[in-house]
Amino acid sequence: MLMRSAVPRRYGLTVSVITDNLTKRFPRVTALDRLTVDVQPGVVGLVGANGAGKSTLIKILLGLSPATEGSARVLGLDVATEGGAIRERVGYMPEHDCLPPDVSATEFVVHMARMSGLPATAARERTADTLRHVGLYEERYRPIGGYSTGMKQRVKLAQALVHDPQLVLLDEPTNGLDPSGRDEMLALIRRVHSDFGISVLVTSHLLGELERTCDHVVVVDGGKLLRSSSTADFTKATALLAVEVTDRPADPSFDTDRALTERLTAGGLRVTRDGGRVLLVEIAGDDTYDLVRDAVAELGVGLVRMEQRRHRIAEVFQDRPLDQRPADDRAEEAFPDA
Amino acid sequence: MPEPMPEPMSQPMPGPMPGPMPGPVPAAPVADVIHDIGYRHYQGPRLGRGYATRSLYTLTLRGSFGLGRSIRSKILPMGLLALMCVPALIIVAVAVYLKSAKLPLEYERYLMIMDFVIAVFVASQAPVALSRDLRFMTVPLYFSRPITAGDYVRAKFGAMFTAMFVLTGLPLLIMWIGSLLASMSFGYNLEHFCYGLVAAALYSLLYSSIATVIASATPRRGFGVAGIIMVLLISAGISSVLYFVINGHDNSAAAYWANVISPSGLVDSSVTWMFGLPTTGAVGVPSALGGCVFVAEIAAVSAAAYGLLVQRYRKI
Repeated sequence: MLMRSAVPRRYGLTVSVITDNLTKRFPRVTALDRLTVDVQPGVVGLVGANGAGKSTLIKILLGLSPATEGSARVLGLDVATEGGAIRERVGYMPEHDCLPPDVSATEFVVHMARMSGLPATAARERTADTLRHVGLYEERYRPIGGYSTGMKQRVKLAQALVHDPQLVLLDEPTNGLDPSGRDEMLALIRRVHSDFGISVLVTSHLLGELERTCDHVVVVDGGKLLRSSSTADFTKATALLAVEVTDRPADPSFDTDRALTERLTAGGLRVTRDGGRVLLVEIAGDDTYDLVRDAVAELGVGLVRMEQRRHRIAEVFQDRPLDQRPADDRAEEAFPDA
Repeated sequence: MPEPMPEPMSQPMPGPMPGPMPGPVPAAPVADVIHDIGYRHYQGPRLGRGYATRSLYTLTLRGSFGLGRSIRSKILPMGLLALMCVPALIIVAVAVYLKSAKLPLEYERYLMIMDFVIAVFVASQAPVALSRDLRFMTVPLYFSRPITAGDYVRAKFGAMFTAMFVLTGLPLLIMWIGSLLASMSFGYNLEHFCYGLVAAALYSLLYSSIATVIASATPRRGFGVAGIIMVLLISAGISSVLYFVINGHDNSAAAYWANVISPSGLVDSSVTWMFGLPTTGAVGVPSALGGCVFVAEIAAVSAAAYGLLVQRYRKI
């Protein structure tokens, strides 16, 4: 086995993960259904509802769980036969808690570095460096039990980075974080690629947050590939304005939504309804906002909200032919935007 | 709860950074600000599975005696180790003082008497070695690295065995050194010291096997401790009751079969039989066949336990 000696870095690798008809069946469910996808180096998001097969995919990519059918390669290595070599070059941050509370972050990460094969001195140096890079300072000498969720997530990230992998697999790294903690973690993930030069595959059930962080987004649902495209494509399709207005107090039977839709459509805008009282107006340019404002004012109703809105996954796929669409209800429920 | 940390570059830290800082340093840094030296890739050696397994073994072995852990975690294992050794020291001191030609207690006999301490040690420390990783779900982190389930079990089981062997072997070593200091018969003491070490090894093997399987079944340390104590002590209790019932009935060697359900009885009886030592109380084998059965049982239970452990961790 290729264990001893420094592993040469494979710069110029064009794909970090490639799967071909990857299928994983459990006795009751099919977790992955003929998934074929190429993941480029960079920050790639893997989006799907809970149970969409994200964690199963990560387990297969780490060479820990054999695929029922199909194949996958990570960093050019076959997951079925070269699991050990893959795990030496890949870092993994699990979704769940994995930190013992009674040891310090330093002790824990040093231990994990040694588990990755780093000699004791190198393990200590890399631990100090890595903890600093993820933003843990004096507190790294205190027991992990007293850390905030955000700090724990940083320790989990540090243990995935400590052996300087070529690729890290981050499973729901923003889980349980408050909005500011979320933003910090996403910025950190961005830096893992931009500053550290490590490719990232990050999973989330929220498309919105991955759009901001990732170069490329892969969407899976029910173990199937729904879409794989660059974030720019997603954003292009998602410039929407959500508008909600009040009824006329004097005349409750008057359908303000319909009246507004008619006015906006007459103004050359595409308007859809999101099922409730919110109208989704496609943003054609800066004057779209003015058009909406004027239309609302002319109708004499109150404007409850007017905000930029990212598409929900379900809306993204309404462009596709009917037979290829995911079940709308399910997708909407599955991917609520943050 | 501490506030979330600001970006590293703006984080002041009292005192200088430890260690050398090669690499680019931004111009005109303030004295007490961490220099952003950028990310450095690791170019050094990666020592692979064998090294990782050995590291895990060492860490677990040290942890079994509370080394590298909090003071509170040291109290119980170190206390039990002291409890194992102090009587040996007293025996040696008395023997040296009285200038006796023979230790008042044989080596293997010493372990039989200290059986309870050995059981408490393994019950308290096997869950430390295994349940913690399960409870805090650290196991998947190990398996996301080159080591396999087999390596993990080898390291943990090996560490538990070694810790037990240190616990049981150390007092015997004290007694043997004492016998040398008191100029007792060298040959006799060496021979019986070796018998004692065989008994220590068998205790370590059988107790570690039973304890690690139970500890690996539960993430709750308390359940692990209680389960191990119950299996070790209750089985020994039932066995001794059975022995006295059968022995009282027809006073035959068949009563020794009761040892088949007692871990300590199995080890003591096997050692007595293998080396032809004098039997005492319930310790003894029903026949030569019985002796073989006892030894085979120890081997089979240990092998089965090891196999179960590997199976259990393969599934994670």
